[in-house]
Amino acid sequence: MPSDLRAAPAKASGLRRLFGEPLLLTLLVLAAIGLFILPLAAVGRLALFASGGGVDAFAAALSSRSVQRALWHSLESAALSAALAVVVGGGLGLLIGLSDLRGRVALSFAILMLMMIPPHVTAIAWMQMLGPSSVLLQMLGTAPPPGSTNPLYSREGVIALLALQQVPIVYLTLRAALRALPRDLAEAARVNGAGPWLLLRRVILPLMGPAFLAGFALAFVAALGNFGVPALLGIPGRYVTLPVLMWQRLASSGPSVLADLAVLATLIGGIAVLAVWAQMRLARGWAVALIGPAQQPLRLSLGRARPLVEGGLWALLALLLLAPLLAMLATALVPTYGVPLNAATATLRHFHEVIFTQSVTARAFANSAGLAVLAGALVAGLALATGALLRGPAAAGARGIATLAEIAYALPGLVISIAFIIAFIKPLPLIGVSLYGTHAIILGAYLAAFLAVGLKPVGVAFAALDPALQEAARVSGAGFWRRFWRIDAPLAAPAAASGAVLVMLTAWNEVTLSSILWTRGTETLGTVIFNYEDGGYSTLAAAMSVISVLATLLLMLALHWLGRNLPPGIIPWRG
Amino acid sequence: MSITLENLTRRYGASHAVDRLSATIPTGCFFTVLGPSGCGKSTLLRMIAGLEPLDEGRIMLEGRAVAGPGLHLPPEARGVGVVFQSYALWPHMDVLGNVAFPIEAAGASRSAARAEAQQHLHSVDLARFADRRPADLSGGQRQRVALARCLAAQARIVLMDEPLANLDPHLRAAMEEEMTAFHARAGATTLFITHDQREAMALSDLVAVMRAGRFEQIATPQDLHDRPATAFVAGFIGRGVVLQSEVMSSSRGEAALRLATGLQVVARAAQARPGPAQVLLRPGDLRVDPAGASARVLACAYRGDHWEARVQLDDQADVLLLNLPQRAAPGESLTVAITGGWVLPQG
Repeated sequence: MPSDLRAAPAKASGLRRLFGEPLLLTLLVLAAIGLFILPLAAVGRLALFASGGGVDAFAAALSSRSVQRALWHSLESAALSAALAVVVGGGLGLLIGLSDLRGRVALSFAILMLMMIPPHVTAIAWMQMLGPSSVLLQMLGTAPPPGSTNPLYSREGVIALLALQQVPIVYLTLRAALRALPRDLAEAARVNGAGPWLLLRRVILPLMGPAFLAGFALAFVAALGNFGVPALLGIPGRYVTLPVLMWQRLASSGPSVLADLAVLATLIGGIAVLAVWAQMRLARGWAVALIGPAQQPLRLSLGRARPLVEGGLWALLALLLLAPLLAMLATALVPTYGVPLNAATATLRHFHEVIFTQSVTARAFANSAGLAVLAGALVAGLALATGALLRGPAAAGARGIATLAEIAYALPGLVISIAFIIAFIKPLPLIGVSLYGTHAIILGAYLAAFLAVGLKPVGVAFAALDPALQEAARVSGAGFWRRFWRIDAPLAAPAAASGAVLVMLTAWNEVTLSSILWTRGTETLGTVIFNYEDGGYSTLAAAMSVISVLATLLLMLALHWLGRNLPPGIIPWRG
Repeated sequence: MSITLENLTRRYGASHAVDRLSATIPTGCFFTVLGPSGCGKSTLLRMIAGLEPLDEGRIMLEGRAVAGPGLHLPPEARGVGVVFQSYALWPHMDVLGNVAFPIEAAGASRSAARAEAQQHLHSVDLARFADRRPADLSGGQRQRVALARCLAAQARIVLMDEPLANLDPHLRAAMEEEMTAFHARAGATTLFITHDQREAMALSDLVAVMRAGRFEQIATPQDLHDRPATAFVAGFIGRGVVLQSEVMSSSRGEAALRLATGLQVVARAAQARPGPAQVLLRPGDLRVDPAGASARVLACAYRGDHWEARVQLDDQADVLLLNLPQRAAPGESLTVAITGGWVLPQG
């Protein structure tokens, strides 16, 4: 019998071993060079070392009134909206994470919807809810007089909607930190005589300091790179942020202003990286090591106030989430924007038009769906490969790739897309074709910007894995690829699939990256919705938004189902 | 297959997990490494398996160097079997798939591997669980799957990292017998890691007591208990106290000693020479004797089939251990005779 098969263990010769980790690492490094190093280096080179670049270029840019204003607006809106999001998201996180509220998963799901619905759709929904032509307000008889300016077209409008988008980020950060809090700490405080308020003030809030800080930094960086909200509200409200200014310059002058844009991209990218770095430094000085394992989270009793609190939370979410979506649905159902909605006026014409009549919308649906699925699948593959290398001789390389992905994720989307234009506008060597104007450049930007989204769940899954499972395969005589296909990949597959769906959600809903990468033929859902709203076709934009929100909801439910057996921390609203 | 370890060293920062350790483990031997947690025993096992690199030294398996200066054969090329403390059963494969994996890794087709794995499952009496998932098995059954996987690998060297530590105490005794049967059936050279001396005594041909990265003593279980080489081994194995004494005279295998209290004792010894020496007194070396010295009981604890008393010959003297058939109250006086002991080799 095969006992003689084990007789020659020396067959794992040196040459064979080179086709294991070293081969995979080489492939990953090549991918990382194409996705991260090449584009970012191209921006940096153009901004810092090209003729007319360097210090002079930055000084020139910063002396421009429009850049000064846009920079200030960016910093102001990002900081204020992040602060607002910390108050609201942090409060929700503490309330839901520490109390005995019922329906926590459903509440989390609803809160996460605030983030999953893309900024431009949120902006459109709120504009249509609060504007003078609001179908909803007309039905209630409280619409502003016709011809008056939409109250959201203002500094306050931009900041409020940015904050709404970042609430879930802070909420998630708080929930994760609370999950890691050993229950003993709170129980020790209780048996030492602390009531719930003293416990919150003296034990929990101080320990949550780093989480609040991290939530603020994440919200700040996300708001800094946001394009949909300031573009739709800020342009009419004369409150232009840096990403919007960059988009305007590219839209009005075309690629000739690339050198100029590289300087602005370096500026805003630098601010984002600096913010993340400062947060990490501060957190390191602040954090105390928690001793003891995470246990069942604390469930403080709300007593008789519980139904009230629950009712209040659901009412708040209905106001923030459901009302704008209903307003948008109403807009999609009236023949022209401004006509009141009733049984006589309701029509499905716009849905028919965006699905069957207009070729550009059909193309956008197809492009976005295809790009989202491809990006999800490729990110899952890259994440599995990187994760499999995290425990082994190539660990340093794999960690380097993960760090690059994190940096790219923190950078504003417009920086990534400008980097891809600069790096790939020239025809590629050998084949002589430029990637600019193809689906490939959008896909590449998606992979660069969203790799971190897919890498995180896979990283969590691999870290939770008993290392002995991999070691047992090694001592059983399995080489790297057999271990990868039979042990690592199947064990991390559920997490990778969840990561893939998260990436699909993100790609399906994004507008920032494609807003300057799209050309005729490569329109995405986000750009078409944006352009319809921008061009005054509010009803068509609303109809497309409704379809895209429904698709988002379906994807989220699929993810909910996929994640039913995963460890906590992978599906954002579970656990 | 013999295992030869030469001058093995593994450092973590400034501390040595394994420190210039040398030993030869004969073919077919059930060799146990016994030591307190943190003594480096798991690191030693991982170095032999190839899961941990060496800083210095050399490892030879059956005369073939597998690790040494400039040489590190990866685990998959060493042909050793490992039973992990967590068993490391792959949760996404059924029981048969787990056992078949090493056969597949050796080059067999999946169906051939599953057919052969069936026999190994038979030999651990788990054939009817072939299509279960590891999560659906009890602790003892998981343990047996891990053993079957080791059998399937046909490894001539088996390394076991505290495989009984995660079992309930009553299951452990049953699994000990199974281990012995497994060793007899496989005939493989077995290196067994544990911190439980009872387990080591019950299973092993040879036991190495490990401390701070080195072997203090390698001996049969009985020699380890009766003839410990160092005070550490004497204190670590079994119960007893080590006292300072003076060797007055010695003959073949025996020495006459005087304890600090002035009491004269004749104890077993390997090679004692006159002068200061440490002597190990186990509870069995003392008994109640009307002609003995008077002693006071400090405390008394029930040990299952007897009472163990801590007694003192006078107020300044060292505490001795003594087995009693019944309880003695603290403060009570007894007369105690010392009938034997073991003189530790003098340094």
